[in-house]
Amino acid sequence: MGKVILEVRELTTKYITRFREDVYAVDHVSLKVEEGKSLGIAGESGCGKSTLALSLMGYYFPPLHYMSGDIIIDGKNISGMKPDDIRKSVLGTEIAYIPQAAMNALNPTQKVINFIEDVIRAHDNTASNKYIYEMARVSFEKLGLPADVLQKYPVELSGGMKQRTVIAISAILSPKVLIADEPSSALDVTSQKMVIKMLRNLMEDGIIKSMIFITHELPLLYNVTDDIMVMYAGQIVEKGSAKETVFDPLHPYAKGLMGSIIVPEEGLRNVKLTAIPGVPPNLKKPPSGCRFAERCKFVMPQCRAISVGIREVENGREYRCIIPEDQLREAYKNA
Amino acid sequence: MPKEKKLCLSGKGLTKVFGLGRQKTVAVDHVDFDFYEGEIVSIVGESGSGKTTLAKMLLGLISTTEGEIYFQGAKRDISSQRKKQEYWKDIQAIFQDPFSSYNIFNKIDAVLLDCINMRGGRNLPYAKKVEMMTEACGFVNLKFEELTNKYPFELSGGQMQRLMIARIFLLKPKILLADEPTSMIDACSRATILDYLIQLRDEIGMTLIFITHDIGLAYYVSDSVYIMEHGKIVERGTADEVILHPKETYTQRLINDVPKIYEEWDLSTVTFSNK
Repeated sequence: MGKVILEVRELTTKYITRFREDVYAVDHVSLKVEEGKSLGIAGESGCGKSTLALSLMGYYFPPLHYMSGDIIIDGKNISGMKPDDIRKSVLGTEIAYIPQAAMNALNPTQKVINFIEDVIRAHDNTASNKYIYEMARVSFEKLGLPADVLQKYPVELSGGMKQRTVIAISAILSPKVLIADEPSSALDVTSQKMVIKMLRNLMEDGIIKSMIFITHELPLLYNVTDDIMVMYAGQIVEKGSAKETVFDPLHPYAKGLMGSIIVPEEGLRNVKLTAIPGVPPNLKKPPSGCRFAERCKFVMPQCRAISVGIREVENGREYRCIIPEDQLREAYKNA
Repeated sequence: MPKEKKLCLSGKGLTKVFGLGRQKTVAVDHVDFDFYEGEIVSIVGESGSGKTTLAKMLLGLISTTEGEIYFQGAKRDISSQRKKQEYWKDIQAIFQDPFSSYNIFNKIDAVLLDCINMRGGRNLPYAKKVEMMTEACGFVNLKFEELTNKYPFELSGGQMQRLMIARIFLLKPKILLADEPTSMIDACSRATILDYLIQLRDEIGMTLIFITHDIGLAYYVSDSVYIMEHGKIVERGTADEVILHPKETYTQRLINDVPKIYEEWDLSTVTFSNK
């Protein structure tokens, strides 16, 4: 077992809407990422994937509020720190976050080098322009981006190049954890492959120590990450290695999700896809029992009555269901 | 599928040029195709390959620069508004963004009533119309009683896309053109939408044309596949031929770049192109 870089214990965060309603979008989430490993987060839209990523930074702004739990990066607990301290000593160096559609949010009036100057100056006020340029050039070239990108405006770059530039900027201070939220969803398959290759290079060269990758495209997640975590309605419902989660899911929701994968491979044509009927629960008033009960095929009366905890099984796998794993597997076989 | 394949829609040398002189862009470049009745066809290409322009020409939303479209054996004639409306009774479309596909001022009933009127049901008694609307909503697992008196924005994206299919169920067109129908929807609702579309094809025997960049989807649903690159069709054939045994280098590259789950996804050959 490698060194644990990121450890999250029982993290709970909520949104407060303008009508003063609480929405618990991340509910008692615990996870661990080891050095050199990547963790993928899967789930349908609105299940809390992006909110979890945002919460992991330790930097909260309304309507998102911190409730409880610990975030420990390389032995340092960042959960109780002041926002200013987080900005100065955590963001960029310990943890870097690439939001969804970050490449479309680049200021069109600034050159790429200006973004890098901003990042570096936030941590080191005395850095000279020449030093920053040299540092950026070396790190861009290492990642397969030509140095002349630095002197370009965002509009001069294609979508794939822009995304790779954003990743290179995020990784410029060698953060220990890189969180990438849907980094390739707006790109065509060829650019997508380049972005993934670049993230892989960052890990192999030791520029970043671990990665959290969020996407709803399961075949991509399977190929990129070592472990996969499935979220549903703000909670983790299943966690395990990528291979086990995709080919042998335990939780009924994960099973439904994996049954909807479409890939262009022999023998997978006209295979019946599974659809999950219904919609996720409203998180303003989450159900007291299992949150998936309303849509579950194997629902029993006690599912709705008791709150269901995480159950640990072999190989460090976890899932949140009251049915034992062998009974679940049996049920899937007969279905 | 019928034993003898009947041509439904075909095109010869279809071309669309935007702009003039030095600003000229050839969006669709001498494209030939034959779509048969009751077939599911996919037109696959990356962004900017001209697939949506081709779709718009098929629908008659934009004019063609060159080439002819043949509909059920005869040359398509949409020279006047009336003829265009006749043509649109036979060809219908579902677009990518269900949120922008509805008139926001019209209630759901109006959307569905419109379809009945268009199919010549204008003089039917209201009770009969309600029965038809309920049947259409039932087909896509929606409840008409819950939808009536609602506005489109009160529905979720998946529900809107399903309502779109309910519309098609009432209209019973000969051709349905689906332009990226599932790209804004979740993976699990995607399965439902695809299921309904295929059921609908089986029920009313229409030709289904998918415009997509998702090769997995194209392989999953279609009988035949057309691959487009820079406005040209580079490869066409049955789904198994084109996707599993591609001949053209472009198609091979495209399929190689799609992440798969049984075959290994090879990242070692990736080169960074800096365009």
